[in-house]
Amino acid sequence: MTAGTAAAKRQPGWLARLGPRAGKILPPLVVFVVLVLLWEILGKAGSIPRPLSTPTSMADALVEHADVLLRSAWATLIEALGGLLIGTALGLIMAFAAARFIVARDILLPLAIGAAAIPLVALAPIFNNWFGIANPLSKMAMSAVLVFFPIFISATRGLVEVSPSALELMRSYAVSDTEVLRRVRVPNMLPFFFTALKVSTTLAFIGAIVAEYFGGTSEVIGRVVLTAMFAGNFGLGWAGILLGALAAIVAYLVVSAVERRAIPWYISLRDGDI
Amino acid sequence: MTDATADRPVVHLSGLDKSFPTKGGGETAALQGIDLDVQTGEFISLIGPSGCGKSTLLRIVGDLIEPTAGSVEVNGKSARQARVDRDYGIVFQAPVLFDWRSVEANVRLPLEISGVTGAERDKRIDEMLDLVELSGFRDHYPHQLSGGMQQRVAIARALALQPALLLMDEPFGALDEMTRERLNAEVLRIWRATGKTVIFVTHSIPEAVFLSTRAVVMSPRPGRISHVVDVDLPQPRSEDSRETDRYYELVTEVREALRGRTPDADKPDTDTPGTDEPASPSQERARAEGSFG
Repeated sequence: MTAGTAAAKRQPGWLARLGPRAGKILPPLVVFVVLVLLWEILGKAGSIPRPLSTPTSMADALVEHADVLLRSAWATLIEALGGLLIGTALGLIMAFAAARFIVARDILLPLAIGAAAIPLVALAPIFNNWFGIANPLSKMAMSAVLVFFPIFISATRGLVEVSPSALELMRSYAVSDTEVLRRVRVPNMLPFFFTALKVSTTLAFIGAIVAEYFGGTSEVIGRVVLTAMFAGNFGLGWAGILLGALAAIVAYLVVSAVERRAIPWYISLRDGDI
Repeated sequence: MTDATADRPVVHLSGLDKSFPTKGGGETAALQGIDLDVQTGEFISLIGPSGCGKSTLLRIVGDLIEPTAGSVEVNGKSARQARVDRDYGIVFQAPVLFDWRSVEANVRLPLEISGVTGAERDKRIDEMLDLVELSGFRDHYPHQLSGGMQQRVAIARALALQPALLLMDEPFGALDEMTRERLNAEVLRIWRATGKTVIFVTHSIPEAVFLSTRAVVMSPRPGRISHVVDVDLPQPRSEDSRETDRYYELVTEVREALRGRTPDADKPDTDTPGTDEPASPSQERARAEGSFG
């Protein structure tokens, strides 16, 4: 056993020798490529259900319908971002109200936690009727509702869950509540907020696309996927899913980059680096 | 700060009571009949077992808690006015540094709040960081510092507004023994350099004896001052002071007081330093190592 560990120490794995970055990226990348190849082979051989299509037919559809797909992805991106913006703004406003007024917190927070547990996407037809099925606002509304709850709940916790000693310290300076809010509560909230915002970015796309499934303009990811699948054009359906995913990933990366800039002290605290 | 000294005590407590409501609808007396005067430049430690109300007492001086009865004067004003005037700095058991502020920015916080700006502010920050010997770490963030260093930042922050009074609530309670002893020496150095009046809550007997000019011994249920031990260990003190006979005698005296014995009863002349102590130095040393609590 001792000989074994000694040998392991002397000889680092070939992955580690590629450098820390490559060592981290390479394994999942290899698995991904293998899975895509497997998908292609099994799909061509007809060993998997036809609706699962193949990567090559997806790529073909991507090239053939590039203009429609890009316009659709753009439209869905706007809906999701609109919903993200509205939901985040409402969530933050309510969180500040809840943090400021204990009564508001005692009433709103349990309600919000309860509401967050129900399948909110079931509301999509209601928003489609309310704002008009062709109006992007109906999709944004669905997005915003999904986004609202995590933002509201997390931001409230971040504003309220401040160390009692920090509050005592501020009390020793005899400063106003506004000053405590600005100097302690808001910075304390930011890590909670960004964690929720990243979850919400994904939720915003789910909300928008689900609302699209219930009807509306045709050049949006949800409609493209739905009509393609009904028409048996599975390659196009998958191409739509891919573009929707890419849009969501880009949005998520942007939010992550903003987080890194906004709260570097927290990121490095979490990573344990510097 | 230095002008309004004269004979007036920095802290004047008389007939202080504090009770907290209990779950059953009754009340528990956390503090009862506290009378204490703290003079300018004194280093007072409040020592006692958990639940004796020493931290509550410190918070009453800082107007973070209001007493049930009795009067509190700080710098000749009400405790509230003293807090509003930022007449004291406070250090807690946890450093309570803000993660989002660098060392320098944490020390700057009270200066920002008090509207100290420009060159004056920069000068004060430099002085404070020099004082706690952390000038090389001004751009570091709290999570990059050891617990002892974090607490030194907290001390620098507490002194940034040059308050007359420094309140310390078991500031080194969470640190290991070696770090604690080093910081004890550091606090003494800062106390000598700045001439502050310090009230220091601790449950460590060696710490109380090494640091203070008077050790105020408290007993629990209800929290009362049971003894006040004059710690006449010569100044300036150093690590060597911990190895003198007088140090061990004082440690014993505080320990006896904590046990509820009147030191004067079995030791008629406390003022003559250990002439005919029956216990051998090594035995005394062994007993002195432990801390109360």
